[in-house]
Amino acid sequence: MAAAPAPPAALLKDAGLFALVAFGLSVPIVSYRTDLGASGLELTPRWGLVASLCAAVFLLRIAQRLVLDRRAARAARTPAPHQASEAASAEPKAGRSLSQLGLSRLGLPLFVGFALTLPLVAALATGGLSPARYWIDLGILILTYVMLGWGLNIVVGLAGLLDLGYVAFYAVGAYSYALLSTVFGLSFWICLPLAGLFAGLWGVMLGFPVLRLRGDYLAIVTLAFGEIIRLVLINWGEVTGGSAGITSIPRATFFGVPFKAGPDGFSALVGLAFDPMHRIVFLYYLILALALITSLVTLRLRRLPIGRAWEALREDEIACRALGIDTTKTKLTAFALGAMFGGFAGSFFAVRQGFVSPESFNFLESAIILAIVVLGGMGSQFGVAVAAVAMVGGPELLRNLGFLKSVFGEGFDPNEFRLLLFGLAMVAMMIWRPRGLISDRIPTVALGRRKAIGKDLVREGHG
Amino acid sequence: MATRRPQDPDAVLTVEHLTMRFGGLTAVDDLSFRVGRGDITALIGPNGAGKTTVFNCITGFYRPSEGMLTLRHADGSAHLLERLPNHAVNRRAGVARTFQNIRLFSGMTVLENLMVAQHAPLMRASGYTLFGLLGLSGYRRAEAAAIERAKAWLERIDLLARADDPAGDLPYGDQRRLEIARAMCTGPALLCLDEPAAGLNPRESADLARLLRHIRDDHATSVLLIEHDMAVVMEISDHVIVLDYGQKIADGAPAEIREDPRVIAAYLGVEDEEIAQVDAEVGLTIPVAEGAGA
Amino acid sequence: MDVFVQQLINGLTLGSIYGLIAIGYTMVFGIIGMVNFAHGDVFMVSTFIALILFLLLTAWLGISSVALAFLLVLVATMALTALWGFAVERIAYRPLRGSFRLAPLISAIGVSIFLSNFVQVAQGARNKPTPPMLEGGFTLFASDGYAVTLSYKQILIMAVTSVLLLGFWYLVQKTPFGRAQRACEQDRKMAALLGIDVDRTISLTFVLGAVLAAVAGLLYLLYYGVVSFSDGFVPGVKAFTAAVLGGIGSLPGAVIGGLIIGLIETFWSAYFSIEYKDVAAFSILAIVLIFMPSGLLGRAEVEKV
Repeated sequence: MAAAPAPPAALLKDAGLFALVAFGLSVPIVSYRTDLGASGLELTPRWGLVASLCAAVFLLRIAQRLVLDRRAARAARTPAPHQASEAASAEPKAGRSLSQLGLSRLGLPLFVGFALTLPLVAALATGGLSPARYWIDLGILILTYVMLGWGLNIVVGLAGLLDLGYVAFYAVGAYSYALLSTVFGLSFWICLPLAGLFAGLWGVMLGFPVLRLRGDYLAIVTLAFGEIIRLVLINWGEVTGGSAGITSIPRATFFGVPFKAGPDGFSALVGLAFDPMHRIVFLYYLILALALITSLVTLRLRRLPIGRAWEALREDEIACRALGIDTTKTKLTAFALGAMFGGFAGSFFAVRQGFVSPESFNFLESAIILAIVVLGGMGSQFGVAVAAVAMVGGPELLRNLGFLKSVFGEGFDPNEFRLLLFGLAMVAMMIWRPRGLISDRIPTVALGRRKAIGKDLVREGHG
Repeated sequence: MATRRPQDPDAVLTVEHLTMRFGGLTAVDDLSFRVGRGDITALIGPNGAGKTTVFNCITGFYRPSEGMLTLRHADGSAHLLERLPNHAVNRRAGVARTFQNIRLFSGMTVLENLMVAQHAPLMRASGYTLFGLLGLSGYRRAEAAAIERAKAWLERIDLLARADDPAGDLPYGDQRRLEIARAMCTGPALLCLDEPAAGLNPRESADLARLLRHIRDDHATSVLLIEHDMAVVMEISDHVIVLDYGQKIADGAPAEIREDPRVIAAYLGVEDEEIAQVDAEVGLTIPVAEGAGA
Repeated sequence: MDVFVQQLINGLTLGSIYGLIAIGYTMVFGIIGMVNFAHGDVFMVSTFIALILFLLLTAWLGISSVALAFLLVLVATMALTALWGFAVERIAYRPLRGSFRLAPLISAIGVSIFLSNFVQVAQGARNKPTPPMLEGGFTLFASDGYAVTLSYKQILIMAVTSVLLLGFWYLVQKTPFGRAQRACEQDRKMAALLGIDVDRTISLTFVLGAVLAAVAGLLYLLYYGVVSFSDGFVPGVKAFTAAVLGGIGSLPGAVIGGLIIGLIETFWSAYFSIEYKDVAAFSILAIVLIFMPSGLLGRAEVEKV
């Protein structure tokens, strides 16, 4: 590997090429804006924007090259018995997997501890429950995705089945609660298990025909099912309310005691002054509990024969069959269980929002959840939690970057760029860490001390 | 699926009129043979003779075009392998196998590989996951027993010290032995080994022969193996079946096979060095003219 | 009968567009075995490129000849979309080649999200109607007040598709690039050993896919007269369905699959319900994948043990 830094001329040429490509890509999508005027579409030229884009690409490429060259030079300086790149990755392997082992062992308890104290910390930091609402709401949002990620992790991370339609089960759970509560007047605590059950049943129903497909094909069929369910929700107006969805879904109660002012409300029961925030905090701990149940069940299942069979299935399906494992049933249990947790999360979503509509269950949601699982490192609970914080919390940060307005002008709305950056981040993170944040695998059983298994040996499944 | 079949209580596996066609190609053509109970039976033949196809039919990976495959247990119960779903060939009929290109769960530890092999009894013990999830002690006892069983096998194949290492990290010879131990952990009546000695050095081959004899003698498991290494075949087999172009050309004790002119002719069809190798290993001076003329 | 003929014409027109997009999916899947999730969005980008170029040519430069404008826009859209195809492969897929199996898929989803939101940010979220172009057509026959028409647009779409497919077929079957491309499909490692520049071949495959998507984009714009930033996903899925239906990896299969999907969609809308036409498309996708995953013209795979 040539480690010498590129001469400045080559560097400039390279960056120039990038800028040129950026220019080509900006024409004419960026260079002209189409607006609906009085006489049809009108064009507004924006060459200044194109120029600044190209300049930005030019500078970024130079910066990237400088960093890459320096890293290559450093890799070349370390003693390399074989190849530079190989040695660089082989050298710190033992140490890294040790620290990763520590991270996966301590990471989850740390995360849980942090999650448990968040409302308190937020309330103390902002000086009261009401000012902390933003943070607690954000916490609820993130935890919902943590739970969805942990649920999908059973399917994708453990069993190695690629599911691009997970949001379908989220939708089934949400609509189950919405319909059961509005039509039959059932309470949340009865609907929650029912919603999980329905979603699990749907998982079996959808899973049965598709689970003999492999890899990308399975992904596409699950995507198709996810879309079919969404389209049916939109079009079957008599039951689902169509695009408008179902509104005024009953709120969650504290095990039967409503959160309201007055003598029979929650605040009167526990002897506190009424505060609408009590309900929010309750929702926060509810989703935290649901997520933790998902996590505990998954951790436990991993050490049971069924969990080992899932992982074995991910490693080698043919060998599983030769060992007498019914791969169809094993896949179905993973699919159904993942779906069930998706259903729980969905019914939580419905009770929190108070309304559901098909909008909330589009393909983008499935993609986000899958990205959380893959980025987290398939199979790692802590990794998935971190990824959920990054993927959901990160874009949320953008909303608050008011100073960008002063840079780009008053018309600039950072929120507009949320998904654009999200897409870019997905690509960047895959290039940076294709196996996710925590890619080592911890054995489920050991005679001596458990040693993390490096990512190079762990397979990712074919179906 | 216990059914009555023509009585042959000494045979653990009876293959009758097995035919396997892929499109226009007939890989196995009207093949019949039996695998004796408590025997080590070798299936040999030149490359492309259809040996692995026979294995795939026996172990349920292929559905035969024609033919009957009967597996008979010592207690007299019998299973029609061609009618069982893939996984049930192992779980219900008790046929275990290894693969030509080793198929270990490389990202799982050596011990975990052996635990996965005990899936069926552990599933039952865990009350199909429910009791296990609740942490009942019955499952914990079953798991401890499974670990003990795995440890016994690891001791037998000299891998106890590496129980907690990923299977994919083991050297090639160890992986081969581990795959056999994993198959044995399913408690099979018949163990099918697809080229178990491929890529092993002479010392490892000798270890393998000892392991296979141990399996035959101490575990009530009969062995059917495909092998190219004639030294291994001649040393350990009780019975040899020779295939060529999907048909059986010889069937008998190693000593008979060694001198069968049809076998020699079949092997003459392959490269010179392989003949020389067979020649040397079988310890036979091949009467070339006679063999070629036959 | 009249309705039937009319729907047949409409279906074949729509199917031509799907077929053009489907080729991009099928070629990429053939050569690197991945579903290029972003292909539908590259198609969507091309509709916008075509739209803006049209507006530039007609309104600003004052080119009034429809034929000339169409040709110029076609060539320019193909070139600019090719650059997108090239850039996407280079940035988002090439670094992931030979890596973890899910990584390219996630990356492709990322590109898909990026592209649709990029266009939304750059051009706004509203639908963009185009000025009427190439109106009119032939009335084939009329009875009971129902006239079966073959519009100029439809003729143009089918003609352009046919000509391009012929040229494309020639490119893949008869040129060195085509040979290299097919060799890479069979065995990439061996092709590399024989001196084929595999990276370049893959890159060109993406570029070609994008070029055909660009043609489809222009025709789509012409046919529907309105585009939106969210128009990538559903046509993309339908074109992918077409590719799967025809047998993924098979070029004639992609075209035939496209025509079938186009016909099914128009007939479904005409005779059943227009609301459920996308459900029909997705259901066909699922049914085909489940019951005949190798499609009409694809090769069946035998499980290797």
